[in-house]
Amino acid sequence: MILDMSKRLILAALFVWLAPSFALAEGIIADQTFKAANEIVVTFAAPVDRAVVEEVNNYTVFEEPDPDIRLVLQQVALAGDGRTASLFFTEPLNTATTHVVRIRGLVGGETTFKVSKSYFGYLFGILISALLINNFVFTKYLGLCVFFGTSKKKTTAKGMGVVFTIVAVVSASMSWFLYNFVLIPFDLNFLQIVVFIGLTSLTVQAVDTILRKVNPVLFNSFGVFLVLVIANCVIIAIPLIMAGNGYNFFETFMLAIGAGGGFLLALYLMSSVSERLQLAKIPPTYKGLPIAFIVAGQFAMAFLGFSGLQLF
Amino acid sequence: MTNDKSPLQLISRGILSENPIFKLALSMCPAVGISTTVMNGILLGTAVLFVQVFSSVTISVFKNYIHPRIRIPTYTLTIATWVTVIDLVLAAYMPEAYAKMGIFVKLIVAFAIITMRLEMFACKESVNDSFWDGLGMGLGFMVGMVAIGLVRELLGSGAILGYDVLGFKPLLFFILPSAGFFVVGLMMAFFNWIEIYYKRRRGVQ
Repeated sequence: MILDMSKRLILAALFVWLAPSFALAEGIIADQTFKAANEIVVTFAAPVDRAVVEEVNNYTVFEEPDPDIRLVLQQVALAGDGRTASLFFTEPLNTATTHVVRIRGLVGGETTFKVSKSYFGYLFGILISALLINNFVFTKYLGLCVFFGTSKKKTTAKGMGVVFTIVAVVSASMSWFLYNFVLIPFDLNFLQIVVFIGLTSLTVQAVDTILRKVNPVLFNSFGVFLVLVIANCVIIAIPLIMAGNGYNFFETFMLAIGAGGGFLLALYLMSSVSERLQLAKIPPTYKGLPIAFIVAGQFAMAFLGFSGLQLF
Repeated sequence: MTNDKSPLQLISRGILSENPIFKLALSMCPAVGISTTVMNGILLGTAVLFVQVFSSVTISVFKNYIHPRIRIPTYTLTIATWVTVIDLVLAAYMPEAYAKMGIFVKLIVAFAIITMRLEMFACKESVNDSFWDGLGMGLGFMVGMVAIGLVRELLGSGAILGYDVLGFKPLLFFILPSAGFFVVGLMMAFFNWIEIYYKRRRGVQ
């Protein structure tokens, strides 16, 4: 028994040394993942005591940011081989945050480990969320003025979408740096709006100047859209969401790409319909904006279907 | 032209002939996004009114000192300053309503209507006229928001300002978020219909 213990300790030390991300798993936990909406699956390195593992009161589970809010376990089921345990919770888990699970009574007192999604999956999740599930135009209702103004022709829609994505990524990255290295250290958080809108107009001006010098042909076809970017509320919403959620740089980058791509997608879909509408017979009262709004409403209902989409 | 500038006419122009939501079709985002209740409309309308009036007056006061080439950044920063003020005031004194309106209060900074009024009106006219023009445009926005909110709240949940009026819910669909597009589209079509109807009658006479 003692030999077994020491062997396990050596293994654990090796494990900790090889994989720092599993440092808290203490060797006895081989694998841990989210499975269904309210389930965590834990695989142990060796068969464990059924009585200890299946006792709900031995567990302490909480989300890493809020250690005071304990999650309520409904039941724990250990599979036949004695190594795979499924933890069922009474409420669905928020799989975007890291969960900390603590088991009492297993090998030598307490065993603590963390459960989280893989980081790339999480980043991809932000992208998909901004692109489809929380599409800025159809589910957050932002940027509508520019959306209805530039979705009459496919070429215009593509130009506007591409220019918007470029400006969004550049201005969001700059906002992140300024927010984290100037606004937070000097407690200037109340200047958020002034700083973000200033940075955005600065980016638009910079892209305008650079594009004019570097590629005049591209500027001739895309230059007109640059002025419109500043009138789009999405461009200022991205840094505000970034600041509100405390995103890191990669998350901000993904959010900006998703927002830009989502805007491009929305514009392209809408312009495809608009081109068809020009051939249709529309009642005179509905001509122009009213019919565009009703088409957008139908798109919004279609985009509701993406809610609950989870890829990882 | 002097007749055109009386305070009453400046206000009525903002509410009726140049209504920011139904006529100019600017600042549509909140009109679709958070127009589910009358109360939301009144609160956001007040915020926009405040920002519009104070920005108009500020730009009008300093119009002779602003170099034409940097006028747009100046407008943006002026608006951003006043939005910060109303944002912090609402967050401090009305936290519940502020949470309901979410990001839209901060996004007043990107409303095309305010920049447009500064560019078209406040940078040329006197302080007095700019004040009345800003008041008219702000009220026009508020009226539009309240009108949409009224339709959605009455038809969606059978209530006005939270008080149960009808006793039943005629069309639950109208309270759903995506119905905002439909309501605004149908109301625009309705106003178009009235306009066409009157024009035709006048043509017959």
